[in-house]
Amino acid sequence: MTTIEPPARIGLAGGDVEAPPLSPGQMAWRRFRRHKLAMANAVLLILLFVYSFGGAFVYSEAYANYNDTTKRLQPPSWEHPFGTDTIGRDILARTIYGGQISLLIGITAVLVQLVIGILIGALAGYYGGLLDSLLMRFTEAVLTIPGLFLLLIMAKYFTGKVPDITLLGRTYSGSVVVIVLIIGLTSWPRLARIVRAEFLALKENDFITAARATGTPNSQIIFRHILPNTVAPIVVTATLSVAGAIISEAYISFLGLGVQPPTATWGNMITGSTNYIEGAPWLWFFPGLLILLTVLSINFVGDGLRDALDPRSRPE
Amino acid sequence: MKQDPALLNVHDLQVRFHTPEGTIYAVNGISFHIAEGEAVAVVGESGSGKSVCMMSLLGLIPIPPGEIVSGTAVFLERDLLKLPEKELELVRGRDIGMIFQDPMTSLNPVLTLGRQLTEALVRHFNLTAEEARNRAIELLQLVGIPDAASRLGNYPHQFSGGMRQRVMIAMMLACNPKLLIADEPTTALDVTIQAQIVELVQEIRAKLRMSLIWITHDLGVVAGLADRVLVMYGGTIVEEADVESLYERPQHPYTLALLAALPRVHQRRQSRLKAIPGAPPHLILELTGCPFAPRCEFVRDRCWRERPLLQPVSPTQKTACFVNPHTGEERA
Repeated sequence: MTTIEPPARIGLAGGDVEAPPLSPGQMAWRRFRRHKLAMANAVLLILLFVYSFGGAFVYSEAYANYNDTTKRLQPPSWEHPFGTDTIGRDILARTIYGGQISLLIGITAVLVQLVIGILIGALAGYYGGLLDSLLMRFTEAVLTIPGLFLLLIMAKYFTGKVPDITLLGRTYSGSVVVIVLIIGLTSWPRLARIVRAEFLALKENDFITAARATGTPNSQIIFRHILPNTVAPIVVTATLSVAGAIISEAYISFLGLGVQPPTATWGNMITGSTNYIEGAPWLWFFPGLLILLTVLSINFVGDGLRDALDPRSRPE
Repeated sequence: MKQDPALLNVHDLQVRFHTPEGTIYAVNGISFHIAEGEAVAVVGESGSGKSVCMMSLLGLIPIPPGEIVSGTAVFLERDLLKLPEKELELVRGRDIGMIFQDPMTSLNPVLTLGRQLTEALVRHFNLTAEEARNRAIELLQLVGIPDAASRLGNYPHQFSGGMRQRVMIAMMLACNPKLLIADEPTTALDVTIQAQIVELVQEIRAKLRMSLIWITHDLGVVAGLADRVLVMYGGTIVEEADVESLYERPQHPYTLALLAALPRVHQRRQSRLKAIPGAPPHLILELTGCPFAPRCEFVRDRCWRERPLLQPVSPTQKTACFVNPHTGEERA
């Protein structure tokens, strides 16, 4: 005799029937978690942040800037795991503090970019007409100027003219602020165009007419009704822009026009290594590796976000 | 007809759209009024100017390409067409609500219902978040959404089409408007849900003593709903009548043809549905004669040259036609 066991659960396969309703954010998070490459890189990115900001509890900033010329150009050892640089500073400690500056520059430059890009794109896309033409011609004008050229000219003129600033008990070279503004002010056009395109399409939706029919003023329609619908492309662009900003900072600093020593950044740490590419590879290897890992992981996370936030964009 | 105090009085409204293909004469001199508490249906084919007419009253058509060439629309002693945008924003939603055709696209997909419902309340009445929330729950209950309190945190995709239209109605009722404009609110819904929505609006209208403009191309819905009907064709009103007169004795050849085209339950199965020959006019040309002339079986020479104006034929009925379609003779 065989007993037939009743099925443990009667219902549709998958058992998702009773799943609680999810907000768009929760659904995106679910899709993101399934994206293995993006998740792995998100973890890597978090580790890089922990390295840069947590490392400050191990090494003091004074130590990172302390130079002992008798110990210059030492290869990695127990005392200096990443070696020492041309004037005998500890490279490990400097990559930690340099990382803080590089990451902060990346993020704050993108914040500047977001404010300008969203504002210009939203106004142009929503109002259209003459305002749109003016703003977009301006955007194109900014786009036609070679970015690197503009960065270098502005960096040359403004760094050194801004006094050092003290924030949270630390002194930053005024050049940090200049670099943030320069990168922010040159990188917004792409975002502005994306936001404008989104607004052009979204403002034709019935729900915008419906919002207007309930007396919603334009400012609220722009920022509370349309903008939330554009979060996906904005988040993706912003994420990828952080990587771009870090690279921009690295190459301005590498050319000696960016953040000025003793404030370390990954970019200006490589500057001094050009004469020792073969003789002392640890000078450029560690900051270079960190730049590479950061940019790479941000790009993978950005791709993952794109897939998670806008499933339609993914070719199946 | 000047009997009851008019809530909304529209006179000689003309709306055009300047497009790359040429100027579209969308609304060509429309006059009508809505009394307090009255329900008026606006009937007409797609492109007859029904929606454009109502949307232009609320300043919802894009200008440019749109242009309001002439007209007044007096609502509570103020001309809506001349109100500055800031004041019109106060009228929209608070005094006049509007429901749209497709409930699937008229709710913002990324905002919760609660937020979409309370927004107007907070704006128009300075309610606190808590008061607005309670009112939103009340509204959802009013439109028959069960478990309203827990539904406030939901997003539009978690509702069916009928439910969403109920939510839209709730949104537009939020501020107790004196006039509700419903732009084909049942077209995108299936028949049983249609009936529910019609019933719901009727019920609420009785409860809140609200005037109603119901735009539709379904004469079947009109009968059970409206006090008076405006029949539109080619951007003009061709007939205006109370419901009984319209169905009993339509006075415009277009209305006549429309009613003849309605499918009947008792019709023989083999018989074909009657259609009106020809196609609705392209509104790219300015009207010189009667817009219906090309399709009209009673057409006369003067119909091509002269535009018939809306003239009373009885105390409850006006028509814009030179010919009496029942006798085939020209009107005096």
